[in-house]
Amino acid sequence: MAYSFPEEVLEHVFSFLASQKDRNAVSLVCKTWYEMERWCRKRIFVGNCYAVNPRIMIRRFPEVKSVELKGKPHFADFNLVPEGWGGCVYPWIVEIARGYPWLEEIRLKRMVVTDESLELISKSFKNFKVLILSSCEGFSTDGLAAIAANCRNLRVLDLRECEVEELSGHWLSHFPDSFTSLESLNMACLSYEVSFSALERLVSRSSNLKTLRLNRNVPIEKLSILLQRAPQLVDFGTGAYSSEIRSDTYSSLAEAFSGCKKLKSLSGFWDVVPAYLPAVYSVCSQLTSLNLSYATTQSPDLSKILGQCHNLQRLVVLDYIEDTGLDTVAMSCKDLRELVVFPSDPFVADANVLLTEQGLVSVSEGCSKLQSVLYFCRQMSNSALISISKNRPNLTCFRCCILEPRAPDYLTFEPLDIGFGSIVENCKQLTRLSMSGLLTDRVFEYIGTHAKKLDMLSIAFAGDSDLGLHHVLSGCESLRKLEIRDCPFGDKALLANTSKLETMRSLWMSSCSVSFGACKLLGQKMPRLNVEVIDERENLDSIPEDAHVEKVYIYRTVSGQRPDMPDFVRTMGKDKDEVYNLS
Amino acid sequence: MTPPLLGVEGDGQGNVSLMTSASTMESIFQKNPGLTERNYMGLSDCSSVDSSVVSGISEVKRNNLNLRATELRLGLPGSQSPERDADVDNASSESLDEKPLFPLLPSKDGICLGSQKTFVSGNKRGFSDTIDEGKWMFSSSGTDSDASKTSVQGKISAVAQPNMTKDATSKMMPQEQSHGTFGTNLNKVNASNPPASKAQVVGWPPVRSFRKNILATNSKANDEVDGKPGPGALFVKVSMDGAPYLRKVDLRSYTAYQQLSSALEKMFSCFTIGQCGSQGAPGRESLSESKLRDLLHGSEYVLTYEDKDGDWMLVGDVPWDMFIGSCKRLKIMKGSDAIGLAPRAMEKSKTRN
Repeated sequence: MAYSFPEEVLEHVFSFLASQKDRNAVSLVCKTWYEMERWCRKRIFVGNCYAVNPRIMIRRFPEVKSVELKGKPHFADFNLVPEGWGGCVYPWIVEIARGYPWLEEIRLKRMVVTDESLELISKSFKNFKVLILSSCEGFSTDGLAAIAANCRNLRVLDLRECEVEELSGHWLSHFPDSFTSLESLNMACLSYEVSFSALERLVSRSSNLKTLRLNRNVPIEKLSILLQRAPQLVDFGTGAYSSEIRSDTYSSLAEAFSGCKKLKSLSGFWDVVPAYLPAVYSVCSQLTSLNLSYATTQSPDLSKILGQCHNLQRLVVLDYIEDTGLDTVAMSCKDLRELVVFPSDPFVADANVLLTEQGLVSVSEGCSKLQSVLYFCRQMSNSALISISKNRPNLTCFRCCILEPRAPDYLTFEPLDIGFGSIVENCKQLTRLSMSGLLTDRVFEYIGTHAKKLDMLSIAFAGDSDLGLHHVLSGCESLRKLEIRDCPFGDKALLANTSKLETMRSLWMSSCSVSFGACKLLGQKMPRLNVEVIDERENLDSIPEDAHVEKVYIYRTVSGQRPDMPDFVRTMGKDKDEVYNLS
Repeated sequence: MTPPLLGVEGDGQGNVSLMTSASTMESIFQKNPGLTERNYMGLSDCSSVDSSVVSGISEVKRNNLNLRATELRLGLPGSQSPERDADVDNASSESLDEKPLFPLLPSKDGICLGSQKTFVSGNKRGFSDTIDEGKWMFSSSGTDSDASKTSVQGKISAVAQPNMTKDATSKMMPQEQSHGTFGTNLNKVNASNPPASKAQVVGWPPVRSFRKNILATNSKANDEVDGKPGPGALFVKVSMDGAPYLRKVDLRSYTAYQQLSSALEKMFSCFTIGQCGSQGAPGRESLSESKLRDLLHGSEYVLTYEDKDGDWMLVGDVPWDMFIGSCKRLKIMKGSDAIGLAPRAMEKSKTRN
């Protein structure tokens, strides 16, 4: 039947397929469709930069316009991956520069991006439009200057929580005066002051600017100027939101905000002086996204704002919001889809704020569309978790972090097994779960039994035995990313589920009970898995096989061992010659 | 999917998760002749995990079970049992090759949870050795009671009270009676060890450093009258001689040398931070030269920092606040290399005092 459709028709049909999953499925139907699909695929997402090498990608998909890569494992965010581990993007950029001269978009997450890479990007792609770097590091403001100077058609420069070596603030001034295509600029993670006049001119001439996220150094007095230049903004991030209280500053700010009729998203708010908060009241009812997680504002002031945010869909706050603030959210923000509550003082033993599990229960009751939760708290109970699960069976992402490891149900002192078990049992669409608190193997049995759609699971300080891990690996059919730290999981579970590991993107285990011998065996038996042991001790060669590795990162790959491993990373069970098959 | 049982017949509890009593555990081991108990720690019983639901403290039988389950460890395996070395050699050579890829039998032969962290630290003196000497902390005062409790493997008892500080992690049981399931020891531990400030576990809670930075500076800002931003986050690089990596620590997230010490301890396993100095109370407890020399000769590594003047100093000389005000970088040096610092450290502290 495939040959009855002319290619153009097929191509047209495929153009409606946006999701990578769908496209992958389509390409498996038959050879014709495989060929068709590969020629018209425009976006590529590589979830693990070591799973495939760029030449394979370029050979198969010659017409790609957008590449997205992810590098380090997620736990790198929490300092669990030593520096120098890898994830350097430069080799990819070299190949892509050669293979995709018309590339338009690059999105990188948790990768090491050098100035060299940025310079190469800026010079290699004539039509380059979008650069999004999330949690990346390794570059300086010189690299940014190169991007600014050379990418004539740039639309998006988005630096999300990157670690940038800041040599100066002059990089912004490298955007030429003729450059007017900017649509999105996020420099919130930078701290050096940029020339305000250069910024103002840039904003003024960028009539398509929709997103502007300033860094902390832009003073509040200047915000109104920028907002007046760009009243079409949809997404705005302030700088430091503090100053001496001056009525003229306040009134011009309030007026400027009220002129932004399209504003939907607000963030920034470092060093908030509460008196300035009402300046945003005029836009509250428009907001769909609000990030106050840098604002050490207390609950009453937060409630005043949130009480007006009737269309809010995404809220990120600190635990200063307290249970009372969350009650306000539950009452006022009926469209809420995502709630994130970060801890203001995670290392203090005693609670410094009145935020408990009750706040989350409250939101779960009041916000019927709530789907995604990241909640840091100091106490949790099974009954609260059960309530949440019954209130919100539509949850897709549930991440609950009780600050104290292995904290039990604070009411009954029991493990939180049934609570989290209830979550996976009732929330049938759950794709992401992070658990904490006191947990035994039992919770993993629940997970293995019920969490059939679970895609990503994060576990810490939990479980009793290999059985726990076995439940997860054998039961969670959709599991692709599993990250585990400080759990008594070991060899048996791993070796009993080797084929499962090939269906997953990656497995991270640190401070567990996995032995060198098991890693070697796994690596030997599974040629398409890289079993990388990260171990920073000396004399590794004299450590016996049944000793435990510090960390192991297992991922599937079609490219063999990676060639850029530092000393403390070893691929187990492979011949030394089988390195990074480039063919 | 029903997990395979422990292969125990006649055990009425058909569900692994329902195994609640210690005696059940024991009987399982006895009924399974194929299993050999592995005794890595020199402890009496090596039982499987007790997956009991803790219904009350009194119910848990502590002493029968070698409740490895409870040897829950925080952070990087930074410490090692001295006995482990010996047992590693004795450990059964029944290697994994013999049973590859077989369906998981949850009989835990030889899997003593958490105890198997073999950190053969090579030639370095293990953490445990220093612990026993009680000399591993910076400050000799104040939190010593906690310091001495922070013995070997950083094992902790499960915490029953949410307010239990991180230091609970260091309140570990002596190896001989490693006991206690979740929440059982708590009272006991609590009674003997008043909670101190939290020692940090690497990467816990899972909040990004970027965010910690902001919070630190924000809270400082809140103290200021006019709301201007604080002096900035204080992430400094920590390198260690001979180590191929470096880490970063946020000095503002600690309030005393002890916390910094234990955090670094966890980050850099198999090294020793010598007692580098006093708390720096002005005019008092200044580091005596002989004491310093003993220290440097005794331990393998010392913690040093580069100050604003570019000089390398020993950590611990000056009051904490002064230290974080002037520290640009930390380095864990070999003791022998640091000897040259001593005179300078003495001079500087003298001039300061």
